[in-house]
Amino acid sequence: MIAIIDYKAGNLTSVARALQNIGQDFIITDDTKKLDAASHVIFPGVGAAGEAMANLQQKKLDDWLKQCFLEGKPLMGICLGTQIILEYSEENQTRCIGLVAGSTKRFPDNLSTSGQNLKIPHMGWNSVEFQRQHPVFQDIPASAEFYFVHSYYPAPSRESVVLGVTDYGIEFCSVLAVKNLVAMQFHPEKSGNPGLQILRNFCAWRGNDI
Amino acid sequence: MISKRIIPCLDVRDGKLTKGIKFKGNVDIGDPVEAAREYYEQGADEIVFYDITASSDGRDIMIDVVDRVAKTIFIPFSVGGGIRNLEDMRRVIMAGAEKVSVNSTAVTNPEIITQGAQAFGSQCIVLGMDVKKVEISAVIPSGYEIVIHGGRKFTGIDALWWAREAEKLGAGEICLNSIDADGTQEGYELNLTAMISQNVHIPVIASGGAGLPEHLAEVLTTGKADAALIASMVHYRTYTISQIKQYLQDREIKTRMLW
Repeated sequence: MIAIIDYKAGNLTSVARALQNIGQDFIITDDTKKLDAASHVIFPGVGAAGEAMANLQQKKLDDWLKQCFLEGKPLMGICLGTQIILEYSEENQTRCIGLVAGSTKRFPDNLSTSGQNLKIPHMGWNSVEFQRQHPVFQDIPASAEFYFVHSYYPAPSRESVVLGVTDYGIEFCSVLAVKNLVAMQFHPEKSGNPGLQILRNFCAWRGNDI
Repeated sequence: MISKRIIPCLDVRDGKLTKGIKFKGNVDIGDPVEAAREYYEQGADEIVFYDITASSDGRDIMIDVVDRVAKTIFIPFSVGGGIRNLEDMRRVIMAGAEKVSVNSTAVTNPEIITQGAQAFGSQCIVLGMDVKKVEISAVIPSGYEIVIHGGRKFTGIDALWWAREAEKLGAGEICLNSIDADGTQEGYELNLTAMISQNVHIPVIASGGAGLPEHLAEVLTTGKADAALIASMVHYRTYTISQIKQYLQDREIKTRMLW
Protein backbone atom coordinates (compact mmCIF):
# COMPACT_ATOMS: atom_id res chain seq x y z
CA MET A 1 0.00 0.00 0.00
CA ILE A 2 1.24 3.45 -1.00
CA ALA A 3 0.70 6.27 1.50
CA ILE A 4 0.43 9.92 0.55
CA ILE A 5 1.36 12.14 3.48
CA ASP A 6 -1.42 14.57 4.30
CA TYR A 7 -0.08 17.73 5.90
CA LYS A 8 -2.49 20.28 4.47
CA ALA A 9 0.00 21.45 1.85
CA GLY A 10 -2.06 22.07 -1.23
CA ASN A 11 -4.14 19.63 -3.17
CA LEU A 12 -3.05 16.02 -2.73
CA THR A 13 -5.83 14.65 -4.87
CA SER A 14 -3.97 14.99 -8.17
CA VAL A 15 -1.33 12.53 -6.95
CA ALA A 16 -4.14 10.24 -5.77
CA ARG A 17 -5.86 10.40 -9.17
CA ALA A 18 -2.63 9.53 -10.95
CA LEU A 19 -2.16 6.48 -8.67
CA GLN A 20 -5.75 5.50 -9.36
CA ASN A 21 -5.05 5.68 -13.08
CA ILE A 22 -2.08 3.30 -12.83
CA GLY A 23 -4.18 0.91 -10.74
CA GLN A 24 -2.30 1.44 -7.49
CA ASP A 25 -4.00 1.28 -4.09
CA PHE A 26 -3.19 4.15 -1.76
CA ILE A 27 -4.22 5.99 1.37
CA ILE A 28 -3.98 9.69 2.15
CA THR A 29 -3.13 10.07 5.81
CA ASP A 30 -1.36 12.01 8.55
CA ASP A 31 -1.57 9.08 10.97
CA THR A 32 1.97 7.81 11.67
CA LYS A 33 0.69 4.30 12.47
CA LYS A 34 -0.89 4.04 9.02
CA LEU A 35 2.25 5.54 7.49
CA ASP A 36 4.34 2.90 9.33
CA ALA A 37 2.22 0.20 7.73
CA ALA A 38 2.68 1.54 4.18
CA SER A 39 5.20 -0.02 1.82
CA HIS A 40 5.96 3.24 -0.01
CA VAL A 41 5.50 6.86 0.98
CA ILE A 42 4.86 9.88 -1.25
CA PHE A 43 5.57 13.29 0.21
CA PRO A 44 3.92 15.86 -2.09
CA GLY A 45 3.30 19.54 -1.49
CA VAL A 46 2.24 22.80 -3.01
CA GLY A 47 2.50 26.05 -1.13
CA ALA A 48 5.04 27.85 1.01
CA ALA A 49 7.88 26.29 3.01
CA GLY A 50 7.14 28.12 6.28
CA GLU A 51 3.58 26.97 6.62
CA ALA A 52 4.37 23.47 5.37
CA MET A 53 7.08 23.00 8.03
CA ALA A 54 4.80 24.35 10.75
CA ASN A 55 2.09 21.84 9.77
CA LEU A 56 4.57 18.95 9.64
CA GLN A 57 6.05 19.82 13.03
CA GLN A 58 2.66 20.15 14.61
CA LYS A 59 1.85 16.59 13.54
CA LYS A 60 5.42 15.39 14.28
CA LEU A 61 5.63 14.24 10.69
CA ASP A 62 9.09 15.76 10.30
CA ASP A 63 10.44 13.30 12.87
CA TRP A 64 8.50 10.50 11.24
CA LEU A 65 10.07 11.30 7.84
CA LYS A 66 13.58 11.19 9.34
CA GLN A 67 12.84 7.79 10.80
CA CYS A 68 11.29 6.56 7.56
CA PHE A 69 14.40 7.61 5.64
CA LEU A 70 16.66 5.73 8.09
CA GLU A 71 14.54 2.59 7.93
CA GLY A 72 14.96 2.32 4.17
CA LYS A 73 11.33 2.55 3.08
CA PRO A 74 10.96 3.90 -0.49
CA LEU A 75 10.21 7.61 -0.18
CA MET A 76 9.30 10.07 -2.95
CA GLY A 77 9.36 13.86 -2.60
CA ILE A 78 7.44 16.03 -5.07
CA CYS A 79 7.84 19.80 -5.58
CA LEU A 80 7.63 21.49 -2.14
CA GLY A 81 8.03 18.03 -0.61
CA THR A 82 11.42 17.89 -2.32
CA GLN A 83 12.46 21.39 -1.27
CA ILE A 84 11.81 20.88 2.41
CA ILE A 85 13.71 17.61 2.77
CA LEU A 86 16.83 19.79 2.54
CA GLU A 87 18.13 21.60 5.63
CA TYR A 88 16.96 25.10 4.93
CA SER A 89 14.74 27.08 2.54
CA GLU A 90 15.15 30.70 1.58
CA GLU A 91 11.35 30.81 1.34
CA ASN A 92 10.16 32.34 4.63
CA GLN A 93 13.74 31.67 5.93
CA THR A 94 12.64 28.24 7.04
CA ARG A 95 14.63 25.57 8.83
CA CYS A 96 13.56 22.34 7.11
CA ILE A 97 13.69 18.58 7.73
CA GLY A 98 17.30 18.01 6.69
CA LEU A 99 17.23 14.50 5.25
CA VAL A 100 19.71 15.76 2.68
CA ALA A 101 22.43 18.40 3.19
CA GLY A 102 21.82 21.65 1.34
CA SER A 103 19.23 24.36 0.93
CA THR A 104 16.40 25.57 -1.27
CA LYS A 105 17.11 28.84 -3.07
CA ARG A 106 15.09 31.40 -4.97
CA PHE A 107 15.68 31.81 -8.69
CA PRO A 108 17.64 35.03 -9.19
CA ASP A 109 15.73 37.91 -10.78
CA ASN A 110 16.55 38.80 -14.37
CA LEU A 111 17.22 35.30 -15.58
CA SER A 112 17.53 35.16 -19.33
CA THR A 113 18.34 32.84 -22.19
CA SER A 114 19.47 33.87 -25.67
CA GLY A 115 18.27 37.42 -25.09
CA GLN A 116 14.80 36.54 -23.81
CA ASN A 117 13.95 37.27 -20.18
CA LEU A 118 12.74 34.28 -18.21
CA LYS A 119 9.71 34.48 -15.99
CA ILE A 120 9.38 33.46 -12.36
CA PRO A 121 7.74 31.08 -11.52
CA HIS A 122 9.40 28.58 -13.80
CA MET A 123 6.06 27.34 -15.11
CA GLY A 124 5.72 24.80 -17.88
CA TRP A 125 7.42 21.81 -19.47
CA ASN A 126 11.15 21.29 -19.29
CA SER A 127 13.55 18.42 -19.71
CA VAL A 128 15.82 16.71 -17.19
CA GLU A 129 19.35 15.64 -17.93
CA PHE A 130 19.96 12.50 -15.92
CA GLN A 131 23.47 12.08 -14.54
CA ARG A 132 23.19 8.33 -14.07
CA GLN A 133 20.64 5.53 -14.22
CA HIS A 134 18.12 4.93 -11.48
CA PRO A 135 15.35 2.32 -11.16
CA VAL A 136 12.64 4.96 -10.64
CA PHE A 137 13.59 6.68 -13.90
CA GLN A 138 14.10 3.66 -16.11
CA ASP A 139 12.25 3.59 -19.44
CA ILE A 140 12.06 7.36 -19.48
CA PRO A 141 13.44 8.67 -22.80
CA ALA A 142 16.01 11.46 -22.64
CA SER A 143 13.69 13.72 -24.67
CA ALA A 144 10.82 13.45 -22.14
CA GLU A 145 9.63 16.69 -20.56
CA PHE A 146 8.02 17.27 -17.20
CA TYR A 147 5.68 19.87 -15.75
CA PHE A 148 7.33 22.36 -13.41
CA VAL A 149 5.86 25.21 -11.42
CA HIS A 150 8.12 26.78 -8.81
CA SER A 151 10.05 29.90 -7.82
CA TYR A 152 12.55 28.11 -5.55
CA TYR A 153 14.84 25.20 -6.43
CA PRO A 154 16.69 22.53 -4.47
CA ALA A 155 20.44 23.03 -4.09
CA PRO A 156 21.90 19.98 -2.34
CA SER A 157 25.46 20.37 -1.01
CA ARG A 158 26.78 17.09 -2.29
CA GLU A 159 27.08 16.52 -6.01
CA SER A 160 26.60 12.78 -5.51
CA VAL A 161 22.89 13.14 -4.64
CA VAL A 162 22.10 15.07 -7.85
CA LEU A 163 20.36 12.64 -10.18
CA GLY A 164 19.01 15.09 -12.76
CA VAL A 165 19.56 18.71 -13.73
CA THR A 166 17.38 21.19 -15.60
CA ASP A 167 18.26 24.37 -17.43
CA TYR A 168 16.26 27.49 -16.69
CA GLY A 169 18.75 30.28 -17.25
CA ILE A 170 20.76 28.54 -14.56
CA GLU A 171 21.23 24.82 -14.24
CA PHE A 172 19.56 23.47 -11.11
CA CYS A 173 19.07 20.09 -9.46
CA SER A 174 15.62 18.94 -10.56
CA VAL A 175 15.90 15.35 -9.32
CA LEU A 176 17.85 14.10 -6.35
CA ALA A 177 18.30 10.54 -5.18
CA VAL A 178 20.06 9.03 -2.22
CA LYS A 179 19.50 5.54 -0.81
CA ASN A 180 15.73 4.94 -0.48
CA LEU A 181 14.82 8.54 -1.32
CA VAL A 182 13.97 10.01 -4.72
CA ALA A 183 12.80 13.59 -4.92
CA MET A 184 11.86 15.73 -7.88
CA GLN A 185 11.01 19.36 -8.38
CA PHE A 186 8.52 18.68 -11.19
CA HIS A 187 5.09 17.12 -10.83
CA PRO A 188 5.04 13.52 -12.11
CA GLU A 189 1.27 13.45 -11.57
CA LYS A 190 0.87 16.29 -14.11
CA SER A 191 3.56 15.19 -16.56
CA GLY A 192 1.59 12.91 -18.85
CA ASN A 193 2.99 9.49 -19.76
CA PRO A 194 6.56 9.94 -18.51
CA GLY A 195 5.21 11.12 -15.16
CA LEU A 196 2.87 8.15 -14.83
CA GLN A 197 5.78 5.86 -15.72
CA ILE A 198 7.86 7.37 -12.89
CA LEU A 199 5.02 6.69 -10.45
CA ARG A 200 4.72 3.10 -11.73
CA ASN A 201 8.46 2.59 -11.35
CA PHE A 202 8.40 4.04 -7.86
CA CYS A 203 5.59 1.73 -6.76
CA ALA A 204 7.62 -1.26 -7.95
CA TRP A 205 10.86 -0.02 -6.39
CA ARG A 206 12.42 -1.66 -3.35
CA GLY A 207 14.35 1.39 -2.23
CA ASN A 208 17.80 0.50 -3.51
CA ASP A 209 19.76 3.01 -5.52
CA ILE A 210 21.04 0.67 -8.24
CA MET B 1 15.23 24.87 -21.63
CA ILE B 2 11.55 25.47 -21.02
CA SER B 3 9.15 24.72 -23.88
CA LYS B 4 6.51 27.09 -25.18
CA ARG B 5 3.07 25.79 -24.20
CA ILE B 6 0.19 25.14 -26.62
CA ILE B 7 -3.14 25.32 -24.83
CA PRO B 8 -6.53 24.49 -26.37
CA CYS B 9 -9.48 26.36 -24.89
CA LEU B 10 -12.85 24.64 -24.45
CA ASP B 11 -16.07 26.58 -23.83
CA VAL B 12 -18.54 24.70 -21.67
CA ARG B 13 -22.19 25.43 -20.95
CA ASP B 14 -24.27 23.24 -18.64
CA GLY B 15 -21.64 20.52 -18.84
CA LYS B 16 -21.54 20.41 -22.67
CA LEU B 17 -19.18 21.95 -25.18
CA THR B 18 -20.82 25.01 -26.71
CA LYS B 19 -19.54 24.08 -30.14
CA GLY B 20 -19.17 20.48 -31.10
CA ILE B 21 -15.61 19.44 -31.66
CA LYS B 22 -14.67 17.35 -34.65
CA PHE B 23 -13.39 14.11 -33.26
CA LYS B 24 -11.62 11.16 -34.82
CA GLY B 25 -13.38 10.20 -38.04
CA ASN B 26 -15.04 13.64 -38.16
CA VAL B 27 -17.66 12.77 -35.56
CA ASP B 28 -19.00 15.75 -33.68
CA ILE B 29 -18.71 15.43 -29.94
CA GLY B 30 -20.10 17.63 -27.23
CA ASP B 31 -18.53 16.05 -24.17
CA PRO B 32 -15.78 18.22 -22.65
CA VAL B 33 -14.17 15.21 -20.98
CA GLU B 34 -13.76 13.39 -24.31
CA ALA B 35 -12.48 16.56 -25.95
CA ALA B 36 -9.92 16.97 -23.16
CA ARG B 37 -8.81 13.38 -23.62
CA GLU B 38 -8.41 13.90 -27.37
CA TYR B 39 -6.22 16.98 -26.89
CA TYR B 40 -4.23 15.34 -24.09
CA GLU B 41 -3.43 12.47 -26.44
CA GLN B 42 -2.51 14.89 -29.25
CA GLY B 43 0.03 16.58 -26.99
CA ALA B 44 -1.71 19.61 -25.48
CA ASP B 45 0.50 21.03 -22.74
CA GLU B 46 -2.40 22.29 -20.70
CA ILE B 47 -6.13 22.80 -21.21
CA VAL B 48 -8.29 25.81 -20.41
CA PHE B 49 -11.98 25.35 -19.66
CA TYR B 50 -14.18 28.37 -19.85
CA ASP B 51 -17.53 27.84 -18.16
CA ILE B 52 -20.28 30.05 -19.58
CA THR B 53 -23.04 28.44 -17.55
CA ALA B 54 -25.44 30.94 -16.09
CA SER B 55 -27.47 28.90 -13.60
CA SER B 56 -26.26 27.61 -10.25
CA ASP B 57 -27.38 24.06 -11.07
CA GLY B 58 -25.08 24.27 -14.06
CA ARG B 59 -22.21 25.10 -11.72
CA ASP B 60 -22.56 21.75 -9.99
CA ILE B 61 -22.48 20.07 -13.37
CA MET B 62 -19.21 21.90 -14.10
CA ILE B 63 -17.67 20.61 -10.87
CA ASP B 64 -18.56 17.12 -12.00
CA VAL B 65 -16.93 17.80 -15.39
CA VAL B 66 -13.76 19.03 -13.62
CA ASP B 67 -13.69 15.89 -11.49
CA ARG B 68 -14.02 13.61 -14.51
CA VAL B 69 -11.40 15.55 -16.49
CA ALA B 70 -8.97 15.25 -13.56
CA LYS B 71 -9.35 11.46 -13.64
CA THR B 72 -8.77 11.35 -17.39
CA ILE B 73 -5.86 13.64 -18.23
CA PHE B 74 -2.55 14.03 -16.41
CA ILE B 75 -1.51 17.49 -17.44
CA PRO B 76 -2.48 20.78 -15.78
CA PHE B 77 -5.79 22.41 -16.61
CA SER B 78 -7.53 25.58 -15.55
CA VAL B 79 -11.13 26.61 -15.15
CA GLY B 80 -12.44 30.12 -15.68
CA GLY B 81 -15.83 31.75 -15.93
CA GLY B 82 -18.18 32.24 -13.04
CA ILE B 83 -15.47 32.27 -10.35
CA ARG B 84 -16.84 34.90 -7.97
CA ASN B 85 -15.29 34.15 -4.62
CA LEU B 86 -12.89 32.01 -2.65
CA GLU B 87 -15.44 29.25 -2.24
CA ASP B 88 -15.91 28.97 -6.03
CA MET B 89 -12.12 28.69 -6.36
CA ARG B 90 -11.89 26.06 -3.66
CA ARG B 91 -14.56 23.86 -5.28
CA VAL B 92 -12.87 23.91 -8.67
CA ILE B 93 -9.40 23.25 -7.23
CA MET B 94 -10.60 20.47 -4.92
CA ALA B 95 -12.34 18.86 -7.91
CA GLY B 96 -8.93 18.61 -9.56
CA ALA B 97 -8.19 21.79 -11.54
CA GLU B 98 -4.63 23.05 -11.28
CA LYS B 99 -5.55 26.68 -11.74
CA VAL B 100 -8.53 29.00 -11.69
CA SER B 101 -8.84 32.13 -13.76
CA VAL B 102 -10.62 35.29 -12.77
CA ASN B 103 -11.51 38.05 -15.21
CA SER B 104 -14.41 40.48 -14.62
CA THR B 105 -14.58 39.57 -10.94
CA ALA B 106 -10.96 40.62 -10.44
CA VAL B 107 -11.67 44.02 -12.01
CA THR B 108 -14.57 44.74 -9.69
CA ASN B 109 -12.95 43.04 -6.69
CA PRO B 110 -9.13 42.92 -7.07
CA GLU B 111 -8.85 41.56 -3.54
CA ILE B 112 -9.91 38.15 -4.86
CA ILE B 113 -6.51 37.74 -6.53
CA THR B 114 -4.71 38.21 -3.21
CA GLN B 115 -7.14 36.01 -1.32
CA GLY B 116 -6.82 33.25 -3.89
CA ALA B 117 -3.02 33.48 -3.93
CA GLN B 118 -2.86 33.30 -0.14
CA ALA B 119 -5.23 30.36 0.03
CA PHE B 120 -3.93 28.26 -2.86
CA GLY B 121 -0.62 29.82 -3.96
CA SER B 122 0.02 32.28 -6.77
CA GLN B 123 0.60 29.47 -9.24
CA CYS B 124 -3.12 28.63 -8.99
CA ILE B 125 -4.37 32.10 -9.84
CA VAL B 126 -4.58 33.16 -13.48
CA LEU B 127 -5.71 36.66 -14.33
CA GLY B 128 -7.82 36.67 -17.48
CA MET B 129 -7.69 40.04 -19.26
CA ASP B 130 -9.97 41.08 -22.12
CA VAL B 131 -8.37 43.99 -23.89
CA LYS B 132 -9.39 46.42 -26.63
CA LYS B 133 -7.21 48.85 -28.53
CA VAL B 134 -8.18 52.50 -27.92
CA GLU B 135 -6.76 56.00 -28.43
CA ILE B 136 -3.77 56.71 -26.21
CA SER B 137 -4.90 59.10 -23.47
CA ALA B 138 -3.93 60.25 -20.00
CA VAL B 139 -6.20 57.57 -18.55
CA ILE B 140 -5.13 54.83 -20.97
CA PRO B 141 -1.43 55.59 -21.64
CA SER B 142 -0.71 52.17 -23.18
CA GLY B 143 -3.52 52.54 -25.73
CA TYR B 144 -5.11 49.31 -24.56
CA GLU B 145 -8.13 49.27 -22.27
CA ILE B 146 -9.58 46.54 -20.08
CA VAL B 147 -13.11 45.54 -21.04
CA ILE B 148 -15.38 43.23 -19.10
CA HIS B 149 -18.61 41.27 -19.56
CA GLY B 150 -17.40 39.64 -22.74
CA GLY B 151 -16.02 42.86 -24.20
CA ARG B 152 -19.20 44.90 -23.87
CA LYS B 153 -18.22 47.17 -21.01
CA PHE B 154 -15.25 49.55 -21.03
CA THR B 155 -13.72 50.01 -17.60
CA GLY B 156 -11.40 53.01 -18.00
CA ILE B 157 -8.54 50.78 -16.78
CA ASP B 158 -5.24 50.70 -18.62
CA ALA B 159 -4.27 47.15 -19.63
CA LEU B 160 -0.57 47.53 -18.88
CA TRP B 161 -1.26 49.08 -15.48
CA TRP B 162 -3.71 46.27 -14.66
CA ALA B 163 -1.27 43.52 -15.66
CA ARG B 164 1.41 44.93 -13.37
CA GLU B 165 -1.09 45.52 -10.58
CA ALA B 166 -2.40 41.94 -10.82
CA GLU B 167 1.16 40.64 -10.54
CA LYS B 168 1.63 42.70 -7.37
CA LEU B 169 -1.66 41.41 -6.01
CA GLY B 170 -0.44 37.85 -6.42
CA ALA B 171 -1.53 36.55 -9.84
CA GLY B 172 0.76 33.74 -11.01
CA GLU B 173 0.02 34.01 -14.72
CA ILE B 174 -1.86 36.19 -17.19
CA CYS B 175 -4.14 34.98 -19.95
CA LEU B 176 -4.25 37.94 -22.30
CA ASN B 177 -7.14 38.03 -24.74
CA SER B 178 -7.38 40.60 -27.49
CA ILE B 179 -11.06 41.32 -28.16
CA ASP B 180 -10.06 42.90 -31.49
CA ALA B 181 -8.27 39.76 -32.69
CA ASP B 182 -10.61 37.25 -31.09
CA GLY B 183 -12.54 35.20 -33.64
CA THR B 184 -10.78 36.73 -36.67
CA GLN B 185 -8.35 33.82 -37.13
CA GLU B 186 -5.99 36.44 -38.60
CA GLY B 187 -3.30 36.28 -35.97
CA TYR B 188 -2.69 37.34 -32.39
CA GLU B 189 -2.32 40.99 -31.33
CA LEU B 190 1.46 40.96 -31.32
CA ASN B 191 2.10 44.51 -30.06
CA LEU B 192 -0.19 44.09 -27.10
CA THR B 193 1.22 40.67 -26.21
CA ALA B 194 4.84 41.78 -26.38
CA MET B 195 4.13 44.93 -24.38
CA ILE B 196 2.43 43.06 -21.54
CA SER B 197 4.81 40.10 -21.53
CA GLN B 198 7.92 42.28 -21.37
CA ASN B 199 6.56 44.34 -18.52
CA VAL B 200 5.55 41.62 -16.07
CA HIS B 201 7.62 38.89 -14.43
CA ILE B 202 4.94 36.19 -14.62
CA PRO B 203 4.11 34.03 -17.65
CA VAL B 204 1.73 35.37 -20.29
CA ILE B 205 -0.59 33.20 -22.38
CA ALA B 206 -1.58 34.91 -25.64
CA SER B 207 -5.20 34.52 -26.68
CA GLY B 208 -7.38 35.59 -29.57
CA GLY B 209 -6.79 35.40 -33.31
CA ALA B 210 -5.08 32.05 -33.88
CA GLY B 211 -5.91 30.59 -37.31
CA LEU B 212 -2.64 29.28 -38.69
CA PRO B 213 0.47 27.67 -37.17
CA GLU B 214 2.48 30.73 -38.24
CA HIS B 215 0.33 32.87 -35.96
CA LEU B 216 1.59 30.83 -33.03
CA ALA B 217 5.16 31.11 -34.29
CA GLU B 218 4.80 34.90 -34.41
CA VAL B 219 3.29 35.34 -30.97
CA LEU B 220 5.80 33.01 -29.31
CA THR B 221 8.75 34.92 -30.82
CA THR B 222 7.90 38.53 -31.78
CA GLY B 223 4.99 38.57 -29.32
CA LYS B 224 7.20 37.25 -26.47
CA ALA B 225 4.37 35.05 -25.20
CA ASP B 226 5.16 32.10 -22.96
CA ALA B 227 2.17 30.11 -24.19
CA ALA B 228 -0.48 30.31 -26.88
CA LEU B 229 -4.18 29.62 -26.55
CA ILE B 230 -5.93 28.02 -29.54
CA ALA B 231 -9.54 27.15 -30.26
CA SER B 232 -11.23 26.91 -33.69
CA MET B 233 -8.11 25.87 -35.58
CA VAL B 234 -8.03 22.61 -33.64
CA HIS B 235 -11.73 22.25 -32.80
CA TYR B 236 -12.63 22.01 -36.47
CA ARG B 237 -9.67 19.71 -37.08
CA THR B 238 -8.06 22.10 -39.52
CA TYR B 239 -4.87 21.26 -37.61
CA THR B 240 -3.93 18.81 -34.91
CA ILE B 241 -1.84 19.93 -31.98
CA SER B 242 0.96 17.65 -33.13
CA GLN B 243 0.99 19.34 -36.56
CA ILE B 244 1.22 22.76 -34.94
CA LYS B 245 4.03 21.62 -32.67
CA GLN B 246 5.93 20.11 -35.57
CA TYR B 247 5.62 23.40 -37.45
CA LEU B 248 7.02 25.29 -34.45
CA GLN B 249 9.78 22.76 -33.84
CA ASP B 250 10.88 23.07 -37.49
CA ARG B 251 11.28 26.81 -36.86
CA GLU B 252 13.39 26.21 -33.76
CA ILE B 253 10.65 27.18 -31.35
CA LYS B 254 10.98 24.62 -28.60
CA THR B 255 7.79 22.76 -27.75
CA ARG B 256 7.22 19.54 -25.89
CA MET B 257 7.12 16.65 -28.31
CA LEU B 258 5.00 13.71 -27.24
CA TRP B 259 6.66 10.71 -25.75
